[in-house]
Amino acid sequence: MERHVHPDLPVEPDEPPRRARRRFQPAPYLLGAPAILWLAILFIVPLFTMLSLSLQTCDPNTYACTMTWNFGEFGNVISRYSDQLIRSIVYAGAATVIDLVIAFPLAYWIAFYGGRRKNFYLLMLLVPFFVSFVIRTTAWQFLLADQGPILGPLKSLHLLPQNYHVLATWIAVVAGMAYNYLPFTALPLYVALERIDRRVIEAAGDLYSNRTSVFMRVIFPLAIPGIFAAFLLTFVPAAGDFVNASILGGTNNTMIGNVIQQAFLVQNDYPAASALSAILMAAMLIGIFAYSKILGARTIEEYV
Amino acid sequence: MTDEPVIDPSLLRGLTQSRFTRRDLFRYAGAAGGALGISAILAACGTKGIATGSAASGKPNANMGTAAWWAQQSEHKVLDFDNWPYYMDIGPNNSHPSLDEFTKKTGIKVNYTENIQDNPSYWTQHILPQLRAGQSQGHDIIVLTNNDYPLGYMLNFGWAIPLDHSAMPNFDKYASKLVTNPSWDPGNTYTMAWQSGYTLIAYNTKYVKGPINSVDVLWDPQYKGKIGMFGNASELGCVGLLALGKDPATSTPDDWTAAAAKLQEQKPLVRSYYDQDYIKALKAEDTWISMAWSGDIFQAGLQGYDTLQVAIPQEGVMFWTDNMLMPYTASNPKDAMVYMDYVYDPKVQAVIEDYNNYVCPVPSSKGIIATDLHDPAVANSPLVFPNSQMIAASKNYYQWKDAQDLKTWNDTFIPIFQ
Amino acid sequence: MSAAVPAEGGVRDLSVEMPPARGRRRRWTSYILPVYSWLVLIYLLIPIAFMVIYSFNQSHSRLPQVNYKWEGFTTKWYQQWNGIPGLGDAFFLSIKLALATTIVAAIVGTLLALALVKYRFRGKGGVEQTMFTNIAAPEIVLGASLLGFFITLNVDRGFVTLLLAHVMFSIAYVTITVRARLSGYDLNVEWAAQDLGATPWVTFWKVTLPLIYPGIMAGALLAFALSIDDFVTSSFVAGNSTTFPLWVYAAVRVGIPPQVFVLGTVIFTAGVIVAAMNLVSQGRRKRQEEAARKKANEPDESVVDVEAEFNVGVR
Repeated sequence: MERHVHPDLPVEPDEPPRRARRRFQPAPYLLGAPAILWLAILFIVPLFTMLSLSLQTCDPNTYACTMTWNFGEFGNVISRYSDQLIRSIVYAGAATVIDLVIAFPLAYWIAFYGGRRKNFYLLMLLVPFFVSFVIRTTAWQFLLADQGPILGPLKSLHLLPQNYHVLATWIAVVAGMAYNYLPFTALPLYVALERIDRRVIEAAGDLYSNRTSVFMRVIFPLAIPGIFAAFLLTFVPAAGDFVNASILGGTNNTMIGNVIQQAFLVQNDYPAASALSAILMAAMLIGIFAYSKILGARTIEEYV
Repeated sequence: MTDEPVIDPSLLRGLTQSRFTRRDLFRYAGAAGGALGISAILAACGTKGIATGSAASGKPNANMGTAAWWAQQSEHKVLDFDNWPYYMDIGPNNSHPSLDEFTKKTGIKVNYTENIQDNPSYWTQHILPQLRAGQSQGHDIIVLTNNDYPLGYMLNFGWAIPLDHSAMPNFDKYASKLVTNPSWDPGNTYTMAWQSGYTLIAYNTKYVKGPINSVDVLWDPQYKGKIGMFGNASELGCVGLLALGKDPATSTPDDWTAAAAKLQEQKPLVRSYYDQDYIKALKAEDTWISMAWSGDIFQAGLQGYDTLQVAIPQEGVMFWTDNMLMPYTASNPKDAMVYMDYVYDPKVQAVIEDYNNYVCPVPSSKGIIATDLHDPAVANSPLVFPNSQMIAASKNYYQWKDAQDLKTWNDTFIPIFQ
Repeated sequence: MSAAVPAEGGVRDLSVEMPPARGRRRRWTSYILPVYSWLVLIYLLIPIAFMVIYSFNQSHSRLPQVNYKWEGFTTKWYQQWNGIPGLGDAFFLSIKLALATTIVAAIVGTLLALALVKYRFRGKGGVEQTMFTNIAAPEIVLGASLLGFFITLNVDRGFVTLLLAHVMFSIAYVTITVRARLSGYDLNVEWAAQDLGATPWVTFWKVTLPLIYPGIMAGALLAFALSIDDFVTSSFVAGNSTTFPLWVYAAVRVGIPPQVFVLGTVIFTAGVIVAAMNLVSQGRRKRQEEAARKKANEPDESVVDVEAEFNVGVR
């Protein structure tokens, strides 16, 4: 039972006969209740609380907040923080594209040439997760320091000017995000490539397709849903990230995550913070919607 | 291909499957509509404000701190003290000798923590939500700086327990004039200073040739990418005002706008707007010249970073004070009083000061540090025991009149580092 | 490790899995991909190597902090791992929190997965979308909205809110993992068991649970990993509690005590050992299964082909 052609085709052994379907079944609700309630109370309700906060007006003297249906706050924060919003999208997009380029050959190699060592390579890919991501990012901060182990020697050899620096630039922020999210990109790509039916490739070979055209015409198209999945899994957390920007970034590198964190935790500006969070969330949902629209749920289920 | 991957591919498959269909989306929109109904209920609640103003009644500390109230309190032999990082003398094995001595002497066990990273975030995460709900904040003594808004809010809301003035003999006898009867807390009703300090300029002599006598050096293009500034509206604004030759304490919103323009002009040269981490950047030589807090540079020197120097610009240096106070939910106020007065014992303060190297609130500790602790470098530093010159150079922070005033200040200066 | 080793393995497999390039000698280009892949894998380990190495760096400073100047080898920080006030507490709080999260999320998430796979019910689509949105939501949104919620309800923040939050963002991962596992198996065996007289309870313990056990384990591991490394959401809902990542984040503002690298190295080593053991035992199980199959003289491929045809027919 190793490999089905469609292993994900749902098995519904107990699908009730048509007529019986209308009868109320308590079992699924009882089984699902704890999780559903948990998510409803601690995920859905807070999301709407947040939305509601973004429409309130708060008195900075007394911290009293009243619902004023102030939709203007959305316009306010968009115009005030448009730089950071755009920057977040650009940085996260850049990191994601870099990751896709880096990860694709790696995932391809593991999927097609990994053989019996596949598990080992996947473990290697996951090993960084065993170290706190704050520590990993801080380690990069040390490694990239102006007089650190990488730049220091180059500077003492006068290959670089004394005040050259990587830290506190957008390069460091994007590189940090690319590093931190690389496994998130590689794993879905691997899954997509691994699931390609080898007989299709053999067939292409039998039809005298050379390796390049096998790759371009067979493997790559079949991997597209995986690429989209990888894009999502990398882009979404990267766009909301504030740790990389705050540890590795500098002037003019603040992302929307930093602004939300500041607005919430430093300025007590709950409406602005909530409005920004809502905008970020909406942007992500639109992305996901577009994703399912372009690829369609079925394609994804079949290939990813 | 018979091997099963470590991470179940089915997991990834699950993660990467989209399960949206158009029909589902409509259904989802319906659910969203329902949830909006919930939010309407939530919205109706809103959040109640906190009583302010001069009327004492109704404030949480209304009946606290009177002689009668203090008479009812008793020591519980335990104390929770939350402070800023690296702000307490450290002995062998990371012990705190002055705290151990305190426990030995009074039997009061101190739970000492260093959770305060900066005033606003401590306020937002660890004070405001708890105290407005009447819940314990978890500590008997906390330390807030006079140069940021939380201290003012705290006193204005009536959230601090008035000190027991009959129980502070050391303070009355030894406290420096710089910290008695401060403008933000007349008569030391609620606060005693933990330490004071200067916000000045630090530079690395390896790269920056001194002497430096003006804040203009922070605008010097030759240090592009190597200049560190504070990402804090209060500190950053004051440097901008000093650079314009304005006294921050008496500045006007017009001055603020001008200062913000001056700081915007500096922005391309600035490497980053730092918080506590500025010192790491200085030590790693990531920055060559930076805004700095006096004691940190002193401590860095003792750790072997001897190329770090401080400069006293002619425009002045900002003088701030970190204040100990008791949140009204403190469960051990009596023990807290004993401790707060204890640190004004010159011998105790000498031990603390010899580690902190900020501005000492007890002038009499000077001799003890010089002779008993054999540390003349600290004892003779004008940054620890300010001389008349230092006192003349000191500038005070602007005191915001109300929340609107504060908002104007923030809206002027925060965009610079955001 | 030399790049030649994996290259060899890679080439061997190439002949099995790719269109065979018969009679041609291996060209140097066939080494590009393995070498490149190994470089990427090594790149992932760079900061970790830095952490491990510098956890052994000597320091004579009054306030030891990680510094890239190498001052000599020492194991002193390992002996004094608990020497920094607060760090040990934060570490154990994180372990405790991660274990609690793992247990709660594994149970709750598995039950939901069972409900989703075995039944069709009203609201199923909504539940699935909620899970997907939950996974797709940026962490800062999760944290910020929870904080807003707790503020509105005046809930005191601490261990309980941390646990509530961590389980909240772990459930969907567990459910999806377990469900994916379940949908790969033939649940008719449950009916078979019941036909043979097993009670639902016995069926669950003897049939269903062993079947989905690997999925639950995978989901639980994931929940543990998510919880122990969570920074963003925790920073909003932690209140006065300090988890390991929160402590580290605050401490690194000023300078990293070497003990942080020590505990990081310890977690890392433990994680690698557990994963390696898992790897070895999986390999062993696989071999046993293969051996059993051979013994039964049942060619694996034919089963797949039959199923494949069946599936195509269904579609």
